[in-house]
Amino acid sequence: MDMEIIHSSRPAIAILVSLIAAFLILLTGERARNLREFWTILASVVKFSVVLSMVPFILEGKVIEYNILSISPGLSVQLKVDALGIIFGLTASFLWIITSFYSIGYVRSLKEHAQTRYFVCFAVALSATIGVAFSANMFTTFLFYEIITVCTFPLVAHKETPEAIRGARKYLTYLLGTSIAFQLLAVFMTYHVAGTLDFRYEGLLNGTRGSATDMILIIIFILYMAGITKAAMMPLHGWLPAAMVAPTPVSALLHAVAVVKTGVFVVVKVVLHIFGINLLTQLGLGTALAYFASFTIIVASVIALTQDNLKRRLAYSTISQLSYVILGVALLTPSGITGSIMHITLHAFGKITLFFTAGAIYVATHKTNVSELDGIGRQMPFTMLAFTLGALSMIGIPPLGGFISKWYLSLGAIEAKQLPILIVLAASTILNACYFMPIVYAAFFREPAPDPHHHGNPGKKIHEAPALMVVPLVLTATAALVLFFWPTFFLEIAGIALQNVTGGH
Amino acid sequence: MEFIISKYNYWMYIVLMMIGFYAMIAKKNLVKKLLGLNIFQWAIILFYVSIGVKKGGATIPIIAGGHGEMVHAVSAAQYLNPLPHVLMLTAIVVGVSTTGVALALIILIYRRFGTVEEDEILEALK
Amino acid sequence: MMTEHLPAIIIVFPLIMAFLINVAGWWSKKPCFYMALLAVTVSFLASLGILNTVLQSGTISYRFGGWEPPWGIEYLIDHLNAFMLVIVSGITLVTVLYSKKSIEQELPQKVPQFYTLFTLLMMGLLGITITGDAFNLYVLLEIASITGYALIGLGDEKAPLASFNYLIIGTIGACFYLLGVGYLYIMTGTLNMADLAQRLPALYSSNAIMAAFAFFMVGIAIKMAFFPLHVWLPDAYSHAPSTVSAYVASTMTKVGAYVMIRIMFTVFEPSFSIQLHPVTAIFGWVAAAAMMYGCILAVAQNDLKRMLCYIIIAEVGYIVLGVSVANRMGFTGAVLHILNDAFMMACLFMVVGAVYYKTGAKTIVDYRGMFRKMPFTSASFAIGALSVIGVPPTCGFFSKWYLVLGAIDARQWFFAAALLLSSLLSAVVFFRILQHMFFVPVESAHKHGNDEAAGLKRDEAPASMLIPIFITVAGILLLGAFSGRIISTVIQFTVPEGF
Repeated sequence: MDMEIIHSSRPAIAILVSLIAAFLILLTGERARNLREFWTILASVVKFSVVLSMVPFILEGKVIEYNILSISPGLSVQLKVDALGIIFGLTASFLWIITSFYSIGYVRSLKEHAQTRYFVCFAVALSATIGVAFSANMFTTFLFYEIITVCTFPLVAHKETPEAIRGARKYLTYLLGTSIAFQLLAVFMTYHVAGTLDFRYEGLLNGTRGSATDMILIIIFILYMAGITKAAMMPLHGWLPAAMVAPTPVSALLHAVAVVKTGVFVVVKVVLHIFGINLLTQLGLGTALAYFASFTIIVASVIALTQDNLKRRLAYSTISQLSYVILGVALLTPSGITGSIMHITLHAFGKITLFFTAGAIYVATHKTNVSELDGIGRQMPFTMLAFTLGALSMIGIPPLGGFISKWYLSLGAIEAKQLPILIVLAASTILNACYFMPIVYAAFFREPAPDPHHHGNPGKKIHEAPALMVVPLVLTATAALVLFFWPTFFLEIAGIALQNVTGGH
Repeated sequence: MEFIISKYNYWMYIVLMMIGFYAMIAKKNLVKKLLGLNIFQWAIILFYVSIGVKKGGATIPIIAGGHGEMVHAVSAAQYLNPLPHVLMLTAIVVGVSTTGVALALIILIYRRFGTVEEDEILEALK
Repeated sequence: MMTEHLPAIIIVFPLIMAFLINVAGWWSKKPCFYMALLAVTVSFLASLGILNTVLQSGTISYRFGGWEPPWGIEYLIDHLNAFMLVIVSGITLVTVLYSKKSIEQELPQKVPQFYTLFTLLMMGLLGITITGDAFNLYVLLEIASITGYALIGLGDEKAPLASFNYLIIGTIGACFYLLGVGYLYIMTGTLNMADLAQRLPALYSSNAIMAAFAFFMVGIAIKMAFFPLHVWLPDAYSHAPSTVSAYVASTMTKVGAYVMIRIMFTVFEPSFSIQLHPVTAIFGWVAAAAMMYGCILAVAQNDLKRMLCYIIIAEVGYIVLGVSVANRMGFTGAVLHILNDAFMMACLFMVVGAVYYKTGAKTIVDYRGMFRKMPFTSASFAIGALSVIGVPPTCGFFSKWYLVLGAIDARQWFFAAALLLSSLLSAVVFFRILQHMFFVPVESAHKHGNDEAAGLKRDEAPASMLIPIFITVAGILLLGAFSGRIISTVIQFTVPEGF
């Protein structure tokens, strides 16, 4: 398939913008907070515009390439923007704008310490996320993958309490440990087998069956799946709940979008562009992965039911939802892949809303547990309405975005003639409802518990978090709603991505 | 027996080396350790010097070839190989400087701990 | 005219300067630093000149005093020599810049002596890398070692004993090397490396040659602190003055590795060291053990400098492993790692020295909250640490890349796994420290009221220390990006034939 290649530095600019911003933030420091925050906002807007400016080319079926650095033959830092990458890039860079506003509101209302470090790390993390989205080979992906791990470590440990440091240590152990032990080895073996690491639409390893034994290919696949811990597939999911000690905006953007979505995005890349549909079908690995993901979906949902801490419940929900993406792509059918790609975006909007509301509740009332949320809907109506929309999107009820991806995933399961997968999807929908709807119910229909610290009945009064936090979460909730009615834009790009890997059939 | 006698210089150096080695390992006294090291080094120097020797009346080149008015070329069989000896001059210098540094260190240690017995120093460091 | 004699200048100039520094020291301490700086700068520029010549016109042969080889001493400089010369003299230049403040604080009485020895040490190391004569190499090895013992002996109260033990073991190593030279001389009648390489293949079946090779390997293994002959290193390097630790840690073991490569593949041929005897195979397994051992013991250390010393032992294991897999990838990785490791170790040890200079901190607990006190120094440490772990885009990743690919090419899966496992272990080692450096548990900060009372006031190291640290950090970041170019211009020519 001929593909027109445009050489342009735009993808590199998209990455550099936030790196430069990180530097400016560091220079500005605590002395001029408003200026420092201005850099964050400016960078996020510029970044999104740059990413957006690449969309027309992608829609025309072109790809954009940029070679940053050739280290040695077969080893280079190279960028390539294609349909799959642009969807992830758009989602991450758009949500960064919203999160930036929210972050500012959050850290200022809580008077957090080390705010400069916080914004610097955030900007670098976003740079690396875009780097993963736009990387042209597995080496570049690994490079940015590791940068994300290292620069989000201070964000997770931000509170610097012993608990936060413990959580951060666990976070690092899982992410860095598995990526060095398994993913890097898989990268080495891929290079050894294929002689290059460039992503190919038909699958880099597609032609190597025969020269490499099936055993080696299966080992490489397992090493990849074990090494991409950011996708939080069970049993290597333990870091995600531990990372919930981070400030909420971090959990929102990084642990609902940037970090975990990087994980599933890399899984999708490995499945589609390293192994390829053809090879995985021959090896029968797609189905195996699908069942593995199904296991995670169900078990994580069940665990989510038992969590009282709101953020931890959201974390387990994330673990379960991430596996939807893996499940979809593992089905290796057109609808499954479409559903998978769509879910990267649609879940992001839903889950970030939920995390934003958790943060807003914490800032306004200092409550963190589900059992404390009785009647909070009267006190924070906008927040809880947004929460409801987000929850409905997670469950996959129309008219919310989550429905669309679930629809495609179900179609994919039918195409693959996997009835058990269809049952898993149905069961998890019910489980999702079971752990989200009671919160909505309690928030709106239960009487608030009498508060010993306040006289009278504070629950009746409207007491929202600062506007800088409420507006973003209302926006993301609205986006989740809008995406149901106008998903065509994303569907079209997903269609191109699908066409790339299936060769237009 | 023949084997041992014909290569006796090698056996000598090995024996000397082992004596030095033993002193370095077994002795607690730092000065004795240093002496062991010296024996070890001299053993190797002797070994080198001995390999320059030739059987059959070969002698030092200056004597064999004469000097002054009697200068005449000599065949290689008539004089000892001077190169190992020259090399060993350098090695002796190296050995002496090593000993010098080691003695300086021992003096430092003695000033600090009042002893040169290794076990007592380790005790004092605890 | 000048360029022709660069190989001589690189050795003779520091030698003369070392003497002059000592003489000048009788009158005043002030010029000593600048004289040493001049000596090192000249050597560095000369090294660059040599590298440039080698890159343009291939191997240089320089006859000392005009004597024809094999009688005279020949300096034979190929790509590997030139590469090592630039590394060693470059690192020396950086450490000399760094030394000024640190020596003024730690050894105020001995400034001239320090710079005399330091210049001599550099001259010894440069000599080892430049000479083409096996006996000359011994002499220079001992010059470097003896000055090394003396410099290490200048350290803290335990230093003299550590240095004495190092002296005993190091001299045994040198004696073994000397014995090896002796055996070769008996068998071939020559000391010139190129000459030896020509005459040896006919004698490969001889037992004496085998014994010579064994003596060489044991001797060099002691000098480069190759596990299990590393016992002297942790004590010696951790008690030395900061500058000395930084310098010897980043150069001496690396020069030892160079000598090993020279003996294995120039004096002897790969066919001897690989096919005739399973030397490389044994070395590979020992190297893997060294990597594990070094990292595991590093985890167990509380003293930061001592911990880094064990990391060096692991790093030596990396280099030997790369050589031992005996293929192009692995060898490339090993030579690249010599370069990268020199920068990494220089960076880490200099940071430790700078922190000691400012705060007297030694143990990991003392490093608590260091990021607030010394942000730039701490950030540099973090970059150095990431490089040791092998996180891209730092240079440590790239040498590991080649090493692992070399292991995979040789179908040594165990070695590949060992490399990754030791990366993981070093991640444990360093993140334990980084965590202390970057985060202070809130309670302890609150207990003291505020940051200032908790001793967390910002107090950065002086510029004369920060700049050299930044140079190494820049090196760590840039060498990775340019590793492909370094390999294609220099390292690929160092790979022995038949790999």
